[in-house]
Amino acid sequence: MSGRQIMTADEIRRAIVRISHELVEHHAGTDDLMLVGIQRRGVPLAERLAVAVAEHEGVTLPVGALDITFYRDDLSLIAQHPVVKGTRLPVDPNGRTVVLVDDVIYTGRTVRAAMDALADFGRPRAIRLAVLVDRGHRELPIRADHVGKNVPTSSDEVVRVSLVEVDGEDAVRIERLDRPSRASGGASA
Amino acid sequence: MNAMGTPTNAGAGWRHKHLLDVDVLTYDEIQIVMRTTDAMKEILDRPITKVPALRGTNVTILFYEASTRTRVSFEVAAKNLSADVVNIAASSSSVTKGESLVDTIRTIEALGADMIVMRHATSGAAYLAAEVFSGSILNGGDGRHAHPSQALLDLYTMRAHLGDMRGRKVVILGDVLHSRVARSNVWSLTAAGADLWICGPSTILRGFDAWAARWAGGGVPGHAGFTVTSDVNAALRDADVVMALRLQRERMDAGLLPSLREYSARFGLNRERLAAAKPTALVMHPGPMNEGVEIAPDVAVLDRSVITQQVTNGVAVRMALLYLLAGGHPEAVTNA
Repeated sequence: MSGRQIMTADEIRRAIVRISHELVEHHAGTDDLMLVGIQRRGVPLAERLAVAVAEHEGVTLPVGALDITFYRDDLSLIAQHPVVKGTRLPVDPNGRTVVLVDDVIYTGRTVRAAMDALADFGRPRAIRLAVLVDRGHRELPIRADHVGKNVPTSSDEVVRVSLVEVDGEDAVRIERLDRPSRASGGASA
Repeated sequence: MNAMGTPTNAGAGWRHKHLLDVDVLTYDEIQIVMRTTDAMKEILDRPITKVPALRGTNVTILFYEASTRTRVSFEVAAKNLSADVVNIAASSSSVTKGESLVDTIRTIEALGADMIVMRHATSGAAYLAAEVFSGSILNGGDGRHAHPSQALLDLYTMRAHLGDMRGRKVVILGDVLHSRVARSNVWSLTAAGADLWICGPSTILRGFDAWAARWAGGGVPGHAGFTVTSDVNAALRDADVVMALRLQRERMDAGLLPSLREYSARFGLNRERLAAAKPTALVMHPGPMNEGVEIAPDVAVLDRSVITQQVTNGVAVRMALLYLLAGGHPEAVTNA
């Protein structure tokens, strides 16, 4: 099933360019700024943001990857533990402004886990959040600072982000779940 | 994250509830352990080497035999994952009052254990425990039979230096007869496609030559064959890895060896023998070492000796195993 397309490749590209400008504008420059993608699709998005920033600022921001598997609050509910993809931070986040990047924000639980994970590496000066899609239904007091597109959804729908680096194409689709949403698995948290 | 509500690892994950030996692991499953270990190594490099993955999980470490590195390694691994750790040394428990293994396991379960890491002098003890215990059993060594976490940390250490092990010549030298490390290593190294050689005095090779012969005609699916020999020089020639095993004096039946001195003279790993191996050959030993018996003191501290790396990697591998077993599929009973 392909579902209803809500973002095209061009729209994804424009959203990333816009967010890249917002990041620099809000931070008033690029000093001590660092991008950290949340595994898995947050990582290529963070890399694209870094490319976009480099194009208009001439500065290459450090890009890290964060695997939040070990910090999930539902790990004990998952029958089969997820395969870990790995964390790598090229620079020390201490004292920097860290921009967490993910494809979709949903319940906010992934972001909470990501902030916990980041705290184990030190004390960033600030943590900000950039997402391609905000689909609502937050279960925690967390909001995104930079959003590519706000998409009203119902909880029996799923938002599927496809990226060339992972899926071979750029698109965002919305699909209807045949079964009730579940606590385990890679829910778009 | 996957934006779908589907499991991210359907069909490709870990299905074992217990880990009693490596013989039940497919090569793909060994790869899952290796990749998960990579992630654990990264945690060990952090300023805070602790993640909350196993918070609320009770890991009981039940050792009926003396051990330093394995027991401490499991304890550190479990604590790095935020598990609650209970240590039981059989020598100071009700075992000394005559409690049976089954009763001890039932007692530990009633006290809230989710996982038991167990070492016992009797081969197969962990299998018996797995039949009784409703949680996961991780075999930390049973008699002469198996020591799966050691075999996996050995493989991880080799791969860290040599990459793909296919066709790499690995020699296990020494008292293989009494060695659960050797037996588990046969399974993991042949699964990884290494050119495995088992070498020791002929009195100590009994069982292994029959095993090698059984596998020679095509062997078992997913495992390469291996070579068994008493010829040290042939075994060591152009080797990529030389693993010396401890001469297990406490398990040594009378009559297998004329004397320690003769054993050392004929099979001990010294500089002269090692010269036949590749100049870069890794020197390994699962510990504890009898220096001057199976390995010369100067060989153990060579630059290419990775004996201390084995210990460090042991923590990461055991973190990976605890993590994977804690999420092991409840219906997937292994080692059948």
